[in-house]
Amino acid sequence: MAVPKRKISTSKRNMRRSHDSLKAAGYVECPSCGEYKLPHHVCESCGTYRDREVAEASGI
Amino acid sequence: MAAAVGKRTPGFVREVTTAERSNAMRHGLSGRKLNRTSSHRKAMFANMAVALITHEQIHTTLPKAKELRPIVEKLITLGKRGNLHARRQALSTLRDTKVVDKLFSAIAERYAERSGGYTRVLRAGFRYGDSAPMAYIELVDRDPEVKGAEDKARAAEQAALDGELAAPAEES
Repeated sequence: MAVPKRKISTSKRNMRRSHDSLKAAGYVECPSCGEYKLPHHVCESCGTYRDREVAEASGI
Repeated sequence: MAAAVGKRTPGFVREVTTAERSNAMRHGLSGRKLNRTSSHRKAMFANMAVALITHEQIHTTLPKAKELRPIVEKLITLGKRGNLHARRQALSTLRDTKVVDKLFSAIAERYAERSGGYTRVLRAGFRYGDSAPMAYIELVDRDPEVKGAEDKARAAEQAALDGELAAPAEES
């Protein structure tokens, strides 16, 4: 069975993981209530989209 | 090889066998299977189309909303056509005369001037539990009053009954 010949050094392991970090999700301010919301999504706090589309009025 | 011409039934997805897939390009493949059999998909989209036409806005997952969009738009086109053949075609999908009546009267009238684009899909975050992307699908120029109208009426009726029951108790 194929098996690693050498232990991977902490440096090599960390170098491999240098691209693994997660990026924070983007956000924008809701134009109607000022709460942070996901871009291109209905606002979860005031239920509006593009100032007019009231999907549902629910407070969080 | 299967012909690229798809059956014109809602939720129809041309399926390709594994053997075929190994050396076939994805030509003519469209639609999502949504982990359902063909009949399950057909039934689900029929139910969803009925719900959307009744309530004019529904909350569902983004992929389902996107798949539902062309189905409902084609139904509205049938409604605008307005003849008996179109009505029977709509009925074969919807299986609900009340909803078909609404489609051929109120909705056909509302969209007489609009040539396509009768629905709108709005993203609405991610579901707790499985992080599925959620969406609202709604009819453009919808009437916000009709969403959940039946339930609201029943709740009001129940509240009135409860009030009647509570009132004599207070008097005695």
